[in-house]
Amino acid sequence: MSENALTNKGESSSALGSLPGGAAEHAPTTTREPASTLEGLSGVVSDWASDKQAFRVPWGKAMMWIFLLSDTFIFTCFLTSYMNVRISTTVPWPNPSEVFALNIGNQRIPLILIAIMTMVLITSSGTMAMAVNFGYARHRAKTTALMLMTAGFGATFVGMQAFEWTKLITEGVRPWGNPWGAVQFGSSFFMITGFHGLHVSAGVIYLAVVARRVWTGFYDRKGSYETVEITGLYWHFVDLVWVFIFAFFYLW
Amino acid sequence: MAYVAIADRDHVLHDPETFIRKYIWSQDHKVIAIQYSVTAIAIGLVALGMSVLMRLQLGFPHAFSLIAPNNYYQFITMHGMIMVIYLLTALFLGGFGNYLIPLMCGARDMVFPYMNMLSYWVYLLAVLVLVAGFFIPGGPTGAGWTLYPPQSVLPGTPGSSWGIIFMLVSLGIFIVAFTMGGLNYVTTVLQARCRGMTLMRMPLSVWGIFMATVLGLLAFPALLVGAVMMTLDSLLGTSFFLPAVVSMGQPPTHSGGSPLLFQHLFWFFGHPEVYIVALPAFGIVSDLLSTHARRHIFGYRMMVWAILAIGCLSFVVWAHHMYVSGMNPYFGFFFATTTLIIAVPTAIKVYNWVLTLWRGDIHLTVPMLFAIGFIFTFVNGGLTGLFLGNVTVDVPLSATYFVVAHFHMVMGVSPILVVFGAIYHWYPKITGRMLNDTLGRIHFWLTFLGTYAIYLPMHYLGILGVPRRYYAFGGTEFLPESVQSVNAAITISALFVAAVQLVFLFNLIWSLSKGKPAGGNPWRATTLEWQTPDTPPKHGNWGPKLPVVHRWAYDYSVPGAKEDFIPQNQPPDALTPAGREQEPAS
Repeated sequence: MSENALTNKGESSSALGSLPGGAAEHAPTTTREPASTLEGLSGVVSDWASDKQAFRVPWGKAMMWIFLLSDTFIFTCFLTSYMNVRISTTVPWPNPSEVFALNIGNQRIPLILIAIMTMVLITSSGTMAMAVNFGYARHRAKTTALMLMTAGFGATFVGMQAFEWTKLITEGVRPWGNPWGAVQFGSSFFMITGFHGLHVSAGVIYLAVVARRVWTGFYDRKGSYETVEITGLYWHFVDLVWVFIFAFFYLW
Repeated sequence: MAYVAIADRDHVLHDPETFIRKYIWSQDHKVIAIQYSVTAIAIGLVALGMSVLMRLQLGFPHAFSLIAPNNYYQFITMHGMIMVIYLLTALFLGGFGNYLIPLMCGARDMVFPYMNMLSYWVYLLAVLVLVAGFFIPGGPTGAGWTLYPPQSVLPGTPGSSWGIIFMLVSLGIFIVAFTMGGLNYVTTVLQARCRGMTLMRMPLSVWGIFMATVLGLLAFPALLVGAVMMTLDSLLGTSFFLPAVVSMGQPPTHSGGSPLLFQHLFWFFGHPEVYIVALPAFGIVSDLLSTHARRHIFGYRMMVWAILAIGCLSFVVWAHHMYVSGMNPYFGFFFATTTLIIAVPTAIKVYNWVLTLWRGDIHLTVPMLFAIGFIFTFVNGGLTGLFLGNVTVDVPLSATYFVVAHFHMVMGVSPILVVFGAIYHWYPKITGRMLNDTLGRIHFWLTFLGTYAIYLPMHYLGILGVPRRYYAFGGTEFLPESVQSVNAAITISALFVAAVQLVFLFNLIWSLSKGKPAGGNPWRATTLEWQTPDTPPKHGNWGPKLPVVHRWAYDYSVPGAKEDFIPQNQPPDALTPAGREQEPAS
């Protein structure tokens, strides 16, 4: 982002040259001194402060970035709170490797389900990135298919999470207690994975809606596929959050 | 991709036709701003009414039996929460932010008007849930506006079963509403300014509201998380915040939680919240002072940097609210230091306001009176902040009336004075009519002096050690008899100030139809909102063509210019008086 802003001035002068007639007068103009005379901090301020827009991105994309920043604070608070209760509790914390192990063929494999879930979600980020790429290339069918695949991976993830929840609940884990130790284990687990799961579920719906619009040619008529990329930003963010939850909740 | 022209693209402005689309489900930022303001003021009056009842109890404990002790706690809680969040935050950001940002930046509307509309309706829902709390069994929560656990969810506190849930749910809804609005304000300021409106040419009002919104977007998440966890503690029996407490003789139902964690979450939100309220006030008061002193703001760049510095620093001072909470005492050193550092940019702002007045052509209009009143009150509140920011001085003053007096001065009275000043200043643009000047002056002097009569004696009570949040005093031999007399005097002043606000309300309503027609630019101000083709501005604000900005917002009394102000959209090659030509023939 900041790179964009920093190069704003150079690009805008080239944009002035390339845009035909009337459009040129709408290009950002910086009425300050030429860039070469402003060095260091004042140069940065001058570039950032150019008129109309601070970032060379569409409104929706700028707004999504800001929203994700805000959402980052939500998840940070959740994870920090979880770490706080985990450190301050006097009762031993259940061992995640044992709690989240599955018996497969008489073999007890720790964290196997979580590993698969993580793989699925990270794969979905790959398909999402491809969808954005094909969107900008105006490949309607491929974009739709890849977005639906992403949504499918997301739905699979939520499904596996539901399985995980069911398994833990049948083993006696509740928000207010569990058989193995600190009561905060269950409450943090359900709260954090639940909040993340809601994000994934919302993302699946969001992806499906946008995919449908891609298929019906809505963005062709609008002339821009940037919504696909904005959806992608949200999706990558949800994946990234999962990486932190994985690290701090399951691996710790 | 040519993103550059987004702000100038021809907007299909769906001009609303029916009454409902125009005034109820409106997507026009100006209508939404008025909806926000009216709702905020309405709920603020409820909170004002509660403070009157509380003051009657404190001043004349035996004369009235209007409220019971548990009502007193509930009113303290609701008064604080409503004033801080549902009135000031909503009014400054939802009200003034909505109205001023697009007009001052030269935009036609917020970037996503539909979401902006949703923001208001969700805010209204939050207010309704809050009000519903009064009508449920047990009434609203009486935990104090800080909602500290464990007492907020344990039996014995009023509203600990359902009141607290309604409070937390209402806060959650408010945060959703704020986020929808806040994303709009930030994106509009960053991405949708008109041509020539560089960031360093924006009026300080926009800077203040912008930074406050950023703070809100980053601080409210902590409150949301705290609210979610406390709701789970209360409804599902989790133990995030609740240790094994023996309550009412019952065996503990919770174990191992950390009440301190909630305080950290709450104040990580709570301290930036102070600046969410203060920064818009700082910004607006800068514009009022400059306009009515006919002088450019002193040190504009420093003012902007000070706003940014205050915004950043406000995230690293939160634990100064927790010196006596039992946290690690070494934290006190760090947080006292950051707290005192934040006084530096704040002091820069105060000096710059005073230097703006220096050698200015000061017009003591009603907005100017309120702006100057703000400087006094804010300095007063800021100085007592120095007492409370230092750990050793704070410890004996904690939870006394000194604290009450401090924060009422600094984040109650000061921002409210700016709100009044701003309403007197922008009312002509919003309605096309001036507010009555005489009533305005009466309102100012009685409010200003009255609030001092309320809060200055409170400092004294605090130094005597009168504890706050007490319904009545008894068995407190360390307090002299005079405390009760002072309390009675404070109550009389408080009733007086509350009554004076009726003059203001009357003025608001009366001037709507009977006020003097204002014209387009009655204060002869430079900023863009006074240069609109219509007053009040029509849907889309600017007519067919967006304004182009050629200068900063503070070209007052420029030597050689024909008028003593040059509007921001005045081209440099045609320095003829322009502000007047644009006045509609009213």
